[in-house]
Amino acid sequence: MSAALLARLREIVGDDRCLTREGELFAYECDGLTLSPKRPLAVVLPVSAEEVAAIVRACRALGASFVPRGAGTGLSGGAHATEGGILIECSRMNRILEIDAENRVAVVQPGVVNAELSAAVASLGLFYAPDPSSQQACTIGGNVAENSGGPHTLKYGTTTNHVLALEMVLPDGSVQRFGNRIGEGPGFDFVGAIVGSEGTLGIVTEATVRLTAIPQAVETLLVLFEDVVAACRAVGRIIRSGVVPAALEIVDRRTIEAVEASVYAAGLPTTAGAVLIVELDGLPVNLTGEIEAIRAACEAEHCQAIEIARDEAERKRFWRARKGAFGAMGRLAPDLYVHDAVVPRIHLPAILAKVCEICDRHRLKLANVFHAGDGNLHPNICFDRRDPDELARVMAAGKEILEACVAVGGVITGEHGVGVEKRDYMHLVFGAADLDPMMRLRDAFNPDGLCNPGKIIPTTRFCVESNPKARGYDAVPFE
Amino acid sequence: MTRIDDPIPAPPATTASDALACSPLAGRLFGEIHAATLDCVHCGLCLQSCPTYRATGRETSSPRGRIYLMRGHAEGRLDDPALLAEEAFLCLGCRACETACPSGVRYGEILEKTRAAVREAQPGGPLVRAIERFMLREVVPRRGRLGLLVGLLALAQRLGLMALAQRILPAPLAERARLLPRIPAAAERRRMPAFTPAIGPRRGRVALFEGCVMPEFFGRVNEAARLVLARAGWDVVVPERQGCCGALHAHAGDLERASELARHNVTVFDPMLAEGGIDAILVTSAGCSAALRELEHWIGSDGRALAGGVRDVLDFLAEVGAVDSVSGRAPALALAPIPRRVCYDDPCHLIHAQGIAAAPRRLLTAIPQLELVAHRNPEACCGAAGIYNLTHPEMAARVLAPKLDALEEATPEIVATANPGCAMQIAAGLAGRGSAARVAHPIELLEEASRGSTNGSGR
Ligand SMILES: Cc1cc2nc3c(=O)[nH]c(=O)nc-3n(C[C@H](O)[C@H](O)[C@H](O)COP(=O)(O)OP(=O)(O)OC[C@H]3O[C@@H](n4cnc5c(N)ncnc54)[C@H](O)[C@@H]3O)c2cc1C
Ligand code: SF4
Ligand code: SF4
Repeated sequence: MSAALLARLREIVGDDRCLTREGELFAYECDGLTLSPKRPLAVVLPVSAEEVAAIVRACRALGASFVPRGAGTGLSGGAHATEGGILIECSRMNRILEIDAENRVAVVQPGVVNAELSAAVASLGLFYAPDPSSQQACTIGGNVAENSGGPHTLKYGTTTNHVLALEMVLPDGSVQRFGNRIGEGPGFDFVGAIVGSEGTLGIVTEATVRLTAIPQAVETLLVLFEDVVAACRAVGRIIRSGVVPAALEIVDRRTIEAVEASVYAAGLPTTAGAVLIVELDGLPVNLTGEIEAIRAACEAEHCQAIEIARDEAERKRFWRARKGAFGAMGRLAPDLYVHDAVVPRIHLPAILAKVCEICDRHRLKLANVFHAGDGNLHPNICFDRRDPDELARVMAAGKEILEACVAVGGVITGEHGVGVEKRDYMHLVFGAADLDPMMRLRDAFNPDGLCNPGKIIPTTRFCVESNPKARGYDAVPFE
Repeated sequence: MTRIDDPIPAPPATTASDALACSPLAGRLFGEIHAATLDCVHCGLCLQSCPTYRATGRETSSPRGRIYLMRGHAEGRLDDPALLAEEAFLCLGCRACETACPSGVRYGEILEKTRAAVREAQPGGPLVRAIERFMLREVVPRRGRLGLLVGLLALAQRLGLMALAQRILPAPLAERARLLPRIPAAAERRRMPAFTPAIGPRRGRVALFEGCVMPEFFGRVNEAARLVLARAGWDVVVPERQGCCGALHAHAGDLERASELARHNVTVFDPMLAEGGIDAILVTSAGCSAALRELEHWIGSDGRALAGGVRDVLDFLAEVGAVDSVSGRAPALALAPIPRRVCYDDPCHLIHAQGIAAAPRRLLTAIPQLELVAHRNPEACCGAAGIYNLTHPEMAARVLAPKLDALEEATPEIVATANPGCAMQIAAGLAGRGSAARVAHPIELLEEASRGSTNGSGR
């Protein structure tokens, strides 16, 4: 099968965009999640929807699975060729096709890099609002698939709030368009279903996205606290005060130390136990009052100090530091497990205390940097995957963290997706009756299961055996 | 079905002897680079800064992919040395990835060591390798021979032979011939005076590092540095025995020869530094200063003193107050106007390898009426990368294209850059597009502006 398939793929994209050498496949064995690597059979780099469609048809004809990939910054293994099929790498489909400033819409190919879209429209006073910390590398296609968020999700929403229409190659090889430029339309909301489907419903070949006006005024505050828990309590107060900041991010001391040792150093204070980054934007007249409200909320939680970014350059430095934070943790150990879970905001202080306790008990190095305003925590565990004992402790701690979040009504992922990583934890939040409609939706698009198999939905065995009580958000142990 | 906690398929070698049991290459890489590759957490933040990734979209041609290949080989999990070699040499060594990497991966260092390890498997076949080796080992570092070669080229150029050569040579060779800069007249290639006294009140004494390519192709740049430094109040010594820095050799994977050259320079400069006879060793070529400042990668602590003494000439001038008042002292230089639109382009070996971006811009903006125009693409590699434009002309041209686009948009009259290879590459590119902009080293503009100046007259 494979020789015939490879020959066909070469016909479609040519030799130089069909990669099959041992080292090439090795380099594509994983994405931002280095656990559970799997070498694909081949990697193809199409440049058009027609090529993607032809690739998909070739795979289908020979029963091979295929997996779309953007920049491979995903953290849940969504772009792993879990069944060893064909990786469809979208990096070459990186053209911005249209910028319609009047209607604040851009049409892009899936491989366009998030930050480059914002850069391209900056001179028009616009930006693309979803801003994952990986935005300097990750692609719009990957963002759509993961429904990615970012620090500014608090005010501006996640990717789903910014995608108007999609062109997609369905798993049967046909090219379909969903949605429209206006964003409203009769009938089912297919775009809503596709955003966040992690590449299991088809391969996005074009996205029409909303652009947002750059706010007139922006202020960024750094508030220093004795520890993360105090910072979390302040977040609760800020939200209760009625102010809606553009971003509310918490960075703990271990993270700050790592960032300040890196090329992203921004002069963040290493003396505080935690820094709360508060960004306010909007009309200049409103900001003064909002700053006072923030000050009052933080002082009520005994913050140590409040600093305001002096100018745009300093503000940019703070954000570069915040966004380089994950990677900076790499200084502490060869591998990094970036967890992702959401809890109702009110539980943040208690959950963070619990997460620290879990990692201490498992003798793991933990750092926290997260979207506090959304209750979206990212415990980062530094480890070395070559040490089987440590790896086992990392996995055990990860599971306990998720269980603790679910126990207070949280969910197992906020923005990094389920992929292979969380697939078998879906039972923590969903029972068979919840998974069944998901499976039926997937099967309607992807009946043979050849498009990105092995992701999101647990394997059949688990479904059948899963506890019928595991409904909604009840915590149920599995395995 | 793979599960998250499945064991990794081929268990990675975790000790040097395990690695050696896989292959000699694995053993060598394990010993030399493995620990450093572990700094990469596979986050991908470096991807878009990499010119070869941007050109190809291939993971294997990205920093993250290359590091993964290196690590895979070191751990004996992968056996594809031909690909490793191709990628190690397709990499420009521009180190833009280091500037992007939050995890502090020392990419330049592991690249050099990997290149040395895979050298024999490198593409191009034995003949190209032999010629390259001969050029680098026997010609470049020996002044007499390089001078002879350059003299011949100059003659060929003057006789119009280059144009002929370009017509009759096969395309790739013609492309290479086209890249050669116009060879300066013999007068410009003469040795510099061993000692130039400071003009006006003396601020100190510095040594000028000439480099190997610089005096032949860009003698005027070193000459400009000598004059500016003297006008700014520095005695300038040019030690005669100094040699090539070895950067081109190291980048080509010849660490052995690079180390020999480094040791030679240590014997020349260390005594001067030890006696306190000089305050710094100044370099006009970014590639040379970057290499010299990292000598410890090649020769360990023996290189420490020299590495510590080396400074880029622009960085030094900005810091000591050539154009600004520093601790109450008037600017050292008085500058006459140069009413020109200038784009500054960052050489990789200044911005990415040494983190120097502000100093050259500061010096240029200090020149009255000089309009420093920003362009869209200053920090990306131009594709020159040592001898890369000779070994990989096609990729070099692809890497250069976005920069030429950006420069065309900014319409400068002068493009300023502080590295000889970049100057040649950008000049050839601009000429190819019919642009009239000329390329100059910032120090040349500073020299032109400071002709009437003596130390302290800049108030
Ligand atoms: C340092 C770092 C910081 C991060 N910060 C954030 C953050 O703040 N917020 C956040 O939400 N995420 C974050 N992430 C996770 C990741 O960057 C996002 O999930 C991102 O959207 C992935 O984009 P990508 O282009 O790298 O996609 P990939 O990793 O290549 O793929 C991700 C998924 O998308 C699918 N896919 C890719 N292209 C297509 C396509 N054309 N059509 C259909 N499916 C496709 C793949 O199959 C896969 O399932 C971070 C990751 C890192 C490494
Ligand atoms: S040195 Fe330059 S070309 Fe090489 S991997 Fe780094 S960014 Fe890419
Ligand atoms: S930015 Fe650094 S840590 Fe991240 S993938 Fe690139 S080299 Fe590795």
